This record gives sequence, C-alpha cells and structure tokens, in this order.
Amino acid sequence: MIGSILSALPLHIPDGFLTAPVALIGWLFVLLLIGWALRQTREQLGERQVPLMGILAAFIFAAQMLNFPVAGGTSGHMLGGALSAIVLGPWAAVLIMTCVVAVQALLFQDGGLLVLGWNILNMGVLTAFTGYFVYQGARKMLGNTRRAILIAGFVGGWLSVMVGAIATAVELAVSRTSPLGVALPAMAAVHSLIGIGEGLITAAALAFIAQTRPDLLRFSARPPATRSAGWVWGGLLIALVVTLFSPWASPSPDGLERVAEDQGFLAKGLDPLYQILPDYTVPLVKSEAGATILAGVVGVLLVFGIAYGVAWLRRARPSSS
Amino acid sequence: MHVNLVDQYVRGTSTIHRLDTRVKVTATLLLILSVSLMPAGKWVAFAFLWAITLVLTAAAGIPIGSVLRRSLIALPFALAALTLLVTVPGPPLLELPRVGWTVSEPGLVRFASILLKSWLSVQIAIILAATTHLTDLLWALNSLHVPRLLIAIISFMYRYLFVLAGEGFRMARARQARSAAPAGSQSTGGNLAWRARVTGWMVGQLFLRSYERSERVYQAMAARGYRGQIRRLDPPPLSPRDLMLGALPVTAYAVILAAANWC
Repeated sequence: MIGSILSALPLHIPDGFLTAPVALIGWLFVLLLIGWALRQTREQLGERQVPLMGILAAFIFAAQMLNFPVAGGTSGHMLGGALSAIVLGPWAAVLIMTCVVAVQALLFQDGGLLVLGWNILNMGVLTAFTGYFVYQGARKMLGNTRRAILIAGFVGGWLSVMVGAIATAVELAVSRTSPLGVALPAMAAVHSLIGIGEGLITAAALAFIAQTRPDLLRFSARPPATRSAGWVWGGLLIALVVTLFSPWASPSPDGLERVAEDQGFLAKGLDPLYQILPDYTVPLVKSEAGATILAGVVGVLLVFGIAYGVAWLRRARPSSS
Repeated sequence: MHVNLVDQYVRGTSTIHRLDTRVKVTATLLLILSVSLMPAGKWVAFAFLWAITLVLTAAAGIPIGSVLRRSLIALPFALAALTLLVTVPGPPLLELPRVGWTVSEPGLVRFASILLKSWLSVQIAIILAATTHLTDLLWALNSLHVPRLLIAIISFMYRYLFVLAGEGFRMARARQARSAAPAGSQSTGGNLAWRARVTGWMVGQLFLRSYERSERVYQAMAARGYRGQIRRLDPPPLSPRDLMLGALPVTAYAVILAAANWC
C-alpha cells in the first residue's frame, strides 16, 4: 500500500490540480521552448533529427519500464531527462521528453491535457537542463575519470528529479492547491528518495556507455563555448521559473526541529523506506519547515551557480590567452 | 508484442469515433478547460457535467465501468491536495483526535472540488483516447498548428515504441531468468546498489541499441530518398455536421459553467 502510493506519487500532474490561468502560462513557456529546441536540434542533426529523436523518445519510454525492486513494493525506475540531456545535449532531450510526456498524457491519461505544458516543463525541460548543467559542472570539477562520470551522473540525475519535484510543488502552491510550506517539503522528501534511483541508473548507464561507445559521450565533452546560446537560455529559464514564483514563497521558519529531522532522514538515505509516509503526513501540520524550502532552493541555485561559474571560467580562458 | 498501446475501443464505429479528429481534440480541450474553470462547491453543476460525460461515454460505446476504472489513475495525486482539509480557515467540521487538527468546511469543499474536477477531466480525456487512434490524433494536431517536426518525431516514436519496448522486455526477462532467489524471498540479486547498477547497465545497453537502430533507420530512409521532409495529404475541409456535433457538448458545458458562476 505504502509502496504503491509512493511509486504512484509522480510528477505527472492531473487536470484539476492547477488553475486554468496557471495551466495556460505553462503552455506559453513550453511552446516557446519547443520551437527553440526544434531549431537547435535541426541545426545540430539536420535531416537525421526526426529518426534519431523519435527512436530515442521510444527508448526513454521503454527504459521507463525497466524497473528494479527497492523495498516494500516500491520499484525504482528512471524518468530519463537527465540521461538523455547528458548524452545528447539539453535541447535534444527537451524534444525527446516532450514527446514522451505528451504521449503518456494522450494515450494513458498519465498527467492531464490542460496541464500538459507544466508536465513537459517539469519532467522534460527542467530535468534535462538540470541534469545537463550539473553533470557538466561536476565533470569540470572532477576531471575525466570513470569515478567522475559516476559521481557527476548520480548528482545530475538526483538533482534533476529534485528540481522537477520542487517546480511541481511551486505550481501546486501558486494554484492554491497546497500551501508551499507543505507541498515543498513533502515533494522534496519523497523525491529525494525517488531521485536516488534516477541518480544510480543514470550513473550506471553513463558508465556503461562510456565503456562501450565512448565516442557517443563526446557531445557532453565538447567545450561549452560552442554552444553558449544553450547556456544562456538554460540559465535564463531557471532564473525565470525561480523568480516568477518567488513572491508566493512564504517561508515561515518555525519548524527547526522538523528540519533537523528531515536532514537526518535524508542523510540516512535508503534503508528505512517505511518512514516516508510519516514524513509525508507530518507536514500536514500547518506552518512547516520553511527553512527546508530555502535550503533546498539555495542548494539548487548554488550547484547551478558553481556549474555555471566554472564553465564560464573555462570558456573565458581560451579567449584571454 | 506484449505492450498493448492501442485502446481496445478505438476500432468502434460510433458517431464519436467518426467525428472529425480536429473537432474532437478541440472539443476535449474546451471541455477540460471549462471543468477547470468551475467554481468550487457547485455540486449540482458538477453532477450535470458528469451526466454529460456519461452520455458521451455511452454514445461512444465504451463500457462505463472501464472508464471509471481507468479514471482512478489520478487518484494518488489527491495526496497533494489533502492539506487543504486542514489549512483552509473556516468553521470547523471535524476535530481529528490526538493530532489536534481541525477539518474546516471550506477546506473540505475545495478538496472535494479539486478531486471532482480531476476525475471529470480524466474521463473526458479517456473518451478522446478511447475513440481516436494516435495516428489520427497526431494528424489532427498537425492541422491545428502543432509544429510539423514535433508531430513527425512523435509518429516515429510511436512506430518504434513497440520494437524498443519489446527489446526492453526481453532484457528484463533475461535478467529475471538469471536472478535466482529462495522461494518466498522478495529480494532478487544483490543489494539495492547492485540492482540499481544492473538496471543502469540495461538502460545503457538499451540506449546503445536504440541509437544504433536510429542510425540504421536513417540510412535506410536516406537510401530511399528522404531529405528531411515528411509529406502529408492536406486535411479535408471541416464538415458543418461535425462542427455542430462537436459544439453540442461544449455549449452544454459552457451553459452549466455560466449557470454555476451566476447562481
């Protein structure tokens, strides 16, 4: 029961949970982004674009079916946004994930139609850009070893799910479906666990690809200077999403004990999976863990900042020498 | 092929099945939009909306039981709105013993309204999915100005979905066949990290197979003269009858929506 609720607590927002204006704003964002992604990948891939993107979208669909038992009836599987972005670049991943999320909504009602814009943003755009930039940043810091690939892949995969979950919580809060102080810690807590599966699979898949077809990972090894537009857009997008909703963030930091508990819970990691539900229901207490929100958002921004900054330094070097 | 993605009712011949797909898609989106614009707590209006979806379901020849079963898919997400029960201020309805929370009446109204909206929207979406083949759906989206390239990519995805899902299933079966466990034991294979790693390798393997397949497919296409253009027939003109049929439920929904807002 707990397991089935947990694994069914995904990022696919159904219709009805977001208000109509919020849903339409999501569509606006996504239409602009898809148009841009189509242009970017067309430049990169030319006429190979359609078969490559289409078949890799089918791959993500199939890969999401590969799962492994975690505990208590829960199973881990991956979303795939981070992996595809790391291997193929963020814009290709945006297109691939858009197709996957759209077909899930159209065929299986997995996620609503009116809120499809936000679902694409959460699960396609945000996961792709987070995974890509975090992986790039971590690789810049850690170097070119196998260990670096594993760590960078894990962190990229994990954070991509976290950012998607945080965005979902913010959207629910803006629609007044759930107060941010409740939705954010709850979504973050659950997905910090779900994200571990994503991180492990992403890392292992990357290590496998690096061993068998290292030439395919060349895309992510290319210096970012050649694709500066992608960096600017990604940074812009994230800043946009964060700042757009910051007025609604009402942190009420009177739950410090709770935060400590949360932190301990996160650090404990995998084994006590049954504790999740208590952690999910306890946030029902009204004002809650505003500090967790702040910590989460600051942490994510920090990682972005480091990734961006390091990459920027690397980009500046050749032009100065 | 083990993945059944084609809805078992898609092959029907009802009026709704034969309705112009462009009309169907537009009507579906408008219906869901009006559901999401409904004010909270107007139960009679919600009942009317539901009655109309039931009529549509019956008209499409889809068993109502199967729609209701499938409509439960959005239910777990109700957790996300559960907090409304105790966070919306208002006259207390129910004291939860021990924890000291009070369920307020407006909280309950808003929670139930969100669940109803979500449940109705899913049913409307099911009617579209159950009466329309994805190929037609994509064609309709194309003539509704969804980017042509995106449509081409999705049709490719749909075409190879079965191939790659089959590939994935075969890999999963191979893993299962090699992961022995004592009878009654839940865990197969090594610890959690090991299981995740093996799954990751499978995903990596599946990626390589997909990537290489896409190269073969592209070469085959190029050999047959593909130059990056996907050709399609022009859509036939919309028939006034289809437009009228599509406008029927939309108008009914709009009237109920207006009534719910004014009364």
